[in-house]
Amino acid sequence: MYDVVIVGAGITGSFITRELSKYNLKIAMIDKSNDVANGTTKANSAIVHAGYDAEEGSLKAKFNVRGNKLYEAICKELHVPFKRIGSLVLAFDDQDIVTIRELYDRGLKNGVEEMMLLEKDEVLRLEENINNDVVGALHAKSAGIVGPWELAIALTENALENGAELHLNCHVKGISKNAKGFELDTTKGLMETKMVVNCAGVHSDDINNMVNENKIEIIPNSGEYNLFDKSMGSFVNSVIFRCPTQAGKGVLVTPTVHGNLLVGPTALNVEDKDGVATTYEGLTFINNLSKETMKEMKFQNVITSFTGIRAKVAGGDFIVGESEESPGFFNVAGIDSPGLTAAPAIAEYVVGQIISTRDRTEIKKDFIHNRRPSIHFMDLSSHEKDALISKDPAFGKIICRCENITEGEIIDIIRREAGATTLDGVKRRARPGSGRCQGGFCASRVIEIFAREQNILITEVVKDNLQSVILTGKTNEAGR
Amino acid sequence: MLQYDIVIVGGGPAGLAAAIEAKKNGVNRIVVIERDRELGGILQQCIHNGFGLHVFKEELTGPEYAERFIVELNALGIEYKLDTMVLEVTEDRKVTAINSTEGVLQIDAKAIILAMGCRERTRGAIRVPGTRPAGVLTAGTAQRFVNMEGYMVGKRAVILGSGDIGLIMARRLTLEGAEVLAVAELMPYSGGLKRNIVQCLDDFNIPLYLSHTVTKIEGNDRVEAVTIAEVDSTYKPISGTERRFECDTLLLSVGLIPENELSKLAGVKLDQVTGGPVVNEARETSVQGIFACGNVVHVHDLVDWVTEESKVAGVNAARFIQGKSPQNGPKIKIKGISGVRYVVPQHIEMDNLLKPIELMMRVDNNYSDVSMVVSHQGKILKSVKKRHVAPGEMETLTLDLTGVELNGMNDITVELVL
Repeated sequence: MYDVVIVGAGITGSFITRELSKYNLKIAMIDKSNDVANGTTKANSAIVHAGYDAEEGSLKAKFNVRGNKLYEAICKELHVPFKRIGSLVLAFDDQDIVTIRELYDRGLKNGVEEMMLLEKDEVLRLEENINNDVVGALHAKSAGIVGPWELAIALTENALENGAELHLNCHVKGISKNAKGFELDTTKGLMETKMVVNCAGVHSDDINNMVNENKIEIIPNSGEYNLFDKSMGSFVNSVIFRCPTQAGKGVLVTPTVHGNLLVGPTALNVEDKDGVATTYEGLTFINNLSKETMKEMKFQNVITSFTGIRAKVAGGDFIVGESEESPGFFNVAGIDSPGLTAAPAIAEYVVGQIISTRDRTEIKKDFIHNRRPSIHFMDLSSHEKDALISKDPAFGKIICRCENITEGEIIDIIRREAGATTLDGVKRRARPGSGRCQGGFCASRVIEIFAREQNILITEVVKDNLQSVILTGKTNEAGR
Repeated sequence: MLQYDIVIVGGGPAGLAAAIEAKKNGVNRIVVIERDRELGGILQQCIHNGFGLHVFKEELTGPEYAERFIVELNALGIEYKLDTMVLEVTEDRKVTAINSTEGVLQIDAKAIILAMGCRERTRGAIRVPGTRPAGVLTAGTAQRFVNMEGYMVGKRAVILGSGDIGLIMARRLTLEGAEVLAVAELMPYSGGLKRNIVQCLDDFNIPLYLSHTVTKIEGNDRVEAVTIAEVDSTYKPISGTERRFECDTLLLSVGLIPENELSKLAGVKLDQVTGGPVVNEARETSVQGIFACGNVVHVHDLVDWVTEESKVAGVNAARFIQGKSPQNGPKIKIKGISGVRYVVPQHIEMDNLLKPIELMMRVDNNYSDVSMVVSHQGKILKSVKKRHVAPGEMETLTLDLTGVELNGMNDITVELVL
């Protein structure tokens, strides 16, 4: 019998699991996928928003502003890249000026600090690559960028070190209520638990609707992105937004924490919750819009494109809290933007509610606050590099030459708690294959290391989900 | 700090030929730095034949071609380091490298030869829409898996791009029992060698769809289908022309990009068209004492041309060290115009023209019955008739400038005259 089962190992699920792992509780986080952070968490804008967007008094406003404040400390504890680079909402005409003033006022009401309205020349001084016809901007210094999946992975790793369980490829088929709590029927068997936290992202309606009469409907909304090579990483210094207009939200242009440039997203309601295909139209659309914002976009430097699905709900606001009809069942649903920013604040709130139902509410004495830092070999001094190589020669072998990732780093992230179980998992944790060649050179090496570490056959290594085999057999067996 | 006369970055065909030539020209302390576990570079995965027709007047496989140079390198006693990655090259010719046994290596070099080769263009750069399942990979990566690791990348494949590696892999997969359903090429002509189209596609009845691109990839775990469509003159897919192929693999052979990240660190000036360093006839880059040769300079179609170019870099790096190469003298630019996309070298040192120089170039389309005309100040220096030229085939032209009156104020131009 678990105290709490968290359904969904995305950013909110992993924040809540890590927060819960501070207490003496038997907890498990489960996910239908083959890795943590494998849904919306791996495909979004990676922005920690300031908090001027959401309506005053909404959960989005409350959790956004609070979440933003929590980011620094948590990312430091867990050694996750986070940079407070600020954001600009650009105005290109009089109507836009009205809009950014409204956003500024709303920001003040929401409690956003360090905002200012900038004149044209001030904007161009900050960002020389913005189109000269810009007329002003709202500057919010508290906005930042983060590695969303690295954060979710780090939170999970830390939660596991603190006694939480993780069950992957564990799909919930049904939930029944009983006197003691809930029984989850999963592809990994039955799980009994006193409480359930529904963090199932685009599938959070399915999970809620298994239990509650008060139904939720997620409206999947897809967003397509283009990621540019690091040679474009300093093209902008801050997160660049366009003013939301009747024609749409406009695309954002932002550096990533790893020094790439990200452009997107589209926003289109779609049928398929797992439909993460990119489209010709979508990618063309964001490219064209980015050209309106920026002086010169070099599209030949795009290294990859991706689509993420936002878990929108009709009401527009987050659905967070204990279900009235099913005590012990907590919803964290409808988490679209600014969900990443809000996640630590949502976790604080939900875990507060869970803990308040218990007798003993103190944090356990042996709670491990800090995660062992991940090794970034290239950031070390020559002396430190030498020392590490003499201790472990695997650090002298560069596997990914675009990102300069060593074999030592790859082995480290496979062996950690919540370590990589797939080739994409290795890429998300240590970045081999994230560079300009997109794994062309290193894929075969990474597969070899991975198979050796996991003690599996090379043909058993998967890219992502269980069936996503990379190599289909030995050459002499083909066609037989 | 280690001291060498010449540090050569990359032990593929370019690095090997440059090292051998430098040694033969009197340089003793040479080191070739190779990141892979053996010398030879990409040649080691090119187990098909067709290499060496110009250099050795015989047909060799890739590994055989590489072996000739590796044997000679060893016979000459040239030092090399394997599994060693160069992290930085500086303008004042310091090289930082790393390996498991020696740790971080700091090397002071009198001359450096950049021979890093090229990488394949990826899916992202050509905007192929769809899902991101397993089974989408570049042709060269597939070649490595099949030929070096001994694993198959799929059973039913579509290939996008008719570059040489794609064509070679169409045949290779077929011979290994896989089915290649189609090769789609965005341009109205193939980017590969004519002989490869005949020997790798035609001989195996693999259809080549010119002016086509991939418009959709389906499949969440593994590729399930690929849709191709015809494109218009602006390369936009034409609706209604889609053809869908059920398959488990999509190979990409959509171009090669010279690998110049180290060159950029060293402050070497790059050519926007070739993607490689701007070089003179000695294959010296914009940074004195740093030379470059092979696919890092511009993508060659035959390894034989890589060898020729690398010999030039090797002998000139030797002359540079020996103080024999003229520096800071008058230069003259060479430009490709009307039909000629680029010419390498991009400029020449007028004081260094001891013997005829080889111009290497690519044209921008298929042309028949044309003349390649080299001119300077309105005067034709050379004109060569060609029955057929194509973007996939590099053209070379020997130019003897001894005795020609050159004026550095004006460029030498190379053009196609119909």
